[in-house]
Order: sequence, then C-alpha cells, then structure tokens
Amino acid sequence: MLDIHPPIADDLLTLSDGALHLIASREIATGRHVFPARPAGDNRFDRVLLPRQGSLWSWTVQRFRPKSPPYAGPEAFEPYAVGYVALAGALIVEARLTGIAFEALRLDLPMQLVPLPFTLANGETRTTFAFAPLETPGHA
Amino acid sequence: MRDVFIVGAGIHAFGRTPALTGLQQGVFAVRQALDHCGLTWPQIQFAFGGSDSAGNADTMVSALGQTGLPFVNVANGCATGGSALFGAYNAIRAGSFDLGLAVGFDKHPRGSFSPLPADWGLPDWYGETGLMLTTQFFAMKIQRYRVAFGIAEDTLGAVAEKAFANGALAEHAWRREPVDRQTILTSQMVSDPLTKFMFCSPAEGAVALVLASERKARELGLPAVRLRAVAMRTRPPGSFEVFSPALDLERGGSPTTLASQAAYEMAGVGPRDIDVAQLQDTEVGAEIMHMAENGFCADGEQTAWIAEGRTRIDGMLPVNTDGGCLACGEPIGASGLRQVYENYRQLTGRAGARQVPGEPRLGYSHVYGAPGVSAVAIVER
Repeated sequence: MLDIHPPIADDLLTLSDGALHLIASREIATGRHVFPARPAGDNRFDRVLLPRQGSLWSWTVQRFRPKSPPYAGPEAFEPYAVGYVALAGALIVEARLTGIAFEALRLDLPMQLVPLPFTLANGETRTTFAFAPLETPGHA
Repeated sequence: MRDVFIVGAGIHAFGRTPALTGLQQGVFAVRQALDHCGLTWPQIQFAFGGSDSAGNADTMVSALGQTGLPFVNVANGCATGGSALFGAYNAIRAGSFDLGLAVGFDKHPRGSFSPLPADWGLPDWYGETGLMLTTQFFAMKIQRYRVAFGIAEDTLGAVAEKAFANGALAEHAWRREPVDRQTILTSQMVSDPLTKFMFCSPAEGAVALVLASERKARELGLPAVRLRAVAMRTRPPGSFEVFSPALDLERGGSPTTLASQAAYEMAGVGPRDIDVAQLQDTEVGAEIMHMAENGFCADGEQTAWIAEGRTRIDGMLPVNTDGGCLACGEPIGASGLRQVYENYRQLTGRAGARQVPGEPRLGYSHVYGAPGVSAVAIVER
C-alpha cells in the first residue's frame, strides 16, 4: 500500500521488515510511550515503532459524516468503526477499525495494524492506518 | 480568606435565539442579574467572563457601560463558565473586591462541534481521517465502562428520560417536551451505544452570577447562597480525555476526581451531605460515570440508583434538576454557570415546578470539558 499511495502524514507510518508500523516516541527518563511521535530533535525522547498487535480496548461507530474541516474525506459517507487498541508494553492507540462487521465488535478482541487507503475530497488517495481482527490460523 | 456569596443571578433562555448574538444574550443575562439584585452596572467592581465561539466577554462594556472596571476574558473550553466563577470567587475571597460578576455565554451553529487539530496541539491527520469528534470520545468512554460495570442500555435511556422530564419544568431549558424511554432507545444511533436523544446538542444561551463578600451580601440583604468551594483541575497522568490519539496503559484518575476531592476538602463536607447535584451530562453516559467520579456512588451502583429513581427531583440525590445539558443544550461558555444558577434557584427555594422538596441546603455542580478540565462548586443556603 505504502508503495502505491503516499502516507497521510510524515512521521506517522513506516515499513519495517515488510510490515507497516506506527512511529511513536519513548521518553528516556520514564519509559513512557507517546503517540504521535514528538518532533525530531527533542532529545528527551527516543524514536520507537509501536507493536503491531493488541486487543480492542473500546470502540464505537461513527454514524454521521464529520464536519469539514477538519474531516477531509469525500462527501459520500459510509459509517465507520473507531476504537482504542491496547498495545502491550507501549500504549493504547486510537484508530479506525476495518475488516469486521459492526455487530462483531467486542472488547478484548485481538487486533492487528493494517494500512487503510483514505480517499480525500479531491479524489486523491492517501494511506492511513487502521486495526483489523487478528487472523490466527487454527483459531477461529 | 473571606466567605463569598452569590447574591443574584440572571439567565438568557437556552436553545436557539436567531435575533440575538451570543454577546447580546450575555448582556441580557447580566442586566437580568443586576435588576434582580436592585444593582446598577457602575456598582460592579470587576468581572470574569467568557465564551467559546461567541466573542470576547469584555466587549460587553460597550452595551453595559464603560465604567473602567477590570474585565477578564476566560477561555477554558467546556469549563469556561466554571473557570470564570473560579476567577471571580478568588478575587473576592482574597479581599481585593466586594462585588463582582461571573458571566458565560455562547452561540454555536447546528450539528457537531468542528474543532481544528492545531488548536489542540494535534496533527492534521487526526482530524482529516475522522477521529476528532467529541461524540466518539464519550461513546467509547461509556462503552468500556458499561461492560466493566454492567450498565444496561435501559439505564442509558432512563437518564435521558429524566433529563427531558426535568427540562419540561425549567423555563430556561431548550427541550421542554418529555420524551419516553422507548423513543430514546430506538432513535437514530449517533455513536454506539448512544442514540440521538442520549446526546446534548450545541446550542445558545447565557448566564450571569453576581458575587459578593459577606459584608456586601449583608448590606444588600438579598437571598444569598454561600460558595463553600470552587475548585478546578486539569488532567492527571493516565486519564481518558477528549481528543486523545493515544492513552497510557497505566490507567489513572480524572480531572473530575481531582476537582471533586479538592472541593469536598475545601467545603469540609462529603458526597453524602449533598442535597442536589448538577453533573456534566454531555451525554447520558457522562452523567452516569460522573456520579461515581464525583463520589456519589461506587462504580456500577448507578444501575440500582437510577432504577430506584434516586436521581429524580423527588429522589435521595436529585441530579440535573433543570434537565442538564441534555435538555438545555450545550452553549460551551454558559453551561458551567447554568449549573450554579440552577443550584442557586434550588437553594433559595425559587425553582418553581422543579423545586427539590425538603429545603435543600447543599448544592454541588460539576462541569467537564476538553482537553481534560473539570470545575466543581459547592454552594450552601
């Protein structure tokens, strides 16, 4: 995806070992993770990549089109799911949820980071991030 | 430190008033408060005021009179009104002034709020991709809470039902028609698990409170309530707030728990002493969770409290007796002062059809807003 569509923002997403990662910061003094990443050059923080898998911490469904600005999506609107995903050892990150029916959403569902094409109002497409259910072979 | 009293209050009805700007509604509330006290504008020694979207409060001197008074503008998100009260309270408490004003007003367009990421220290992508909505935050906070503490959908509906029943009895409320629980539960889903009738809507309105020192209050001889505590706090580590792209794994308290504890300590009273409470009810889940965050019940006890009607006007602890934000709407700069206005009416026995029985003595108000700020006031008859 990243090869096809440019990321929605700099310093947000990166490919590492062939997989998409979110870029974050870790405060050196406390070990506390911060997302989005702090500006480069803030030497109180290390730059880190967040774990790609976690569990669903909360969720909702956005049922109406958000106002523009700030929303940059097209006029045509489809409801979408939003959630917080707990990433062990790092933080709880907010994201769109994809690849799952709204009725199937429940707390503690195992999730993994995926790229999400996002169409802007002008028709161009960017890559943002989302979490989708973790597909584990042999475990329905 | 000196005691501080509320000696008068004015309100411009909440809702939609196309003919007046937010500032003009603010002026209306100030004039009503002054009339109510038999005071004139030149007697007011200072003012704190604010709005989120309706202009600079100190501009009011053009309409009220250029007396040269110090007029401080307050901008503190949804806690703007609470923060104006905090400023005015401390100015009198410190002995700098004897008579002053706290005023809050606002006027928002229809539909959801549309905050800009840069104003909140956030990158543009957060708003662009549709994550920056207050409705999502409130929905996700109650979603997790209701699973953890067994809050049923019917309990969510009951809170809205109570709000509209109370609003029907309040002259200043916007929604003045009762709505039955079934209609609330089956209305359009806005942000799961919350339906249209479970959310407040951005609106318009204004409130002004006249504050006085004890000496001045005695001299005026008006019905007055004593401010036993005014506390405001910002968010501690590990809190869950509006506009958070990420949260700490290690969970902590909230600005509400901090402000609440500080207010109880200042007043020297506890939650069980409170006779009537106005709690931030941006949506029904907020009222439910704020019952616990303000110390009135333990997490999960809300189901029984609400089923037994304990938070109704005739209950053990009436909550949001004028219908709260759900029935009055949310003019950001005015809501926190509306809560104190309502407690002032209740404690001085002038709440009309919605009067809490038994001559309530202690009133509690709690306002909460982005990006994690709460203000609590405790007033005593």
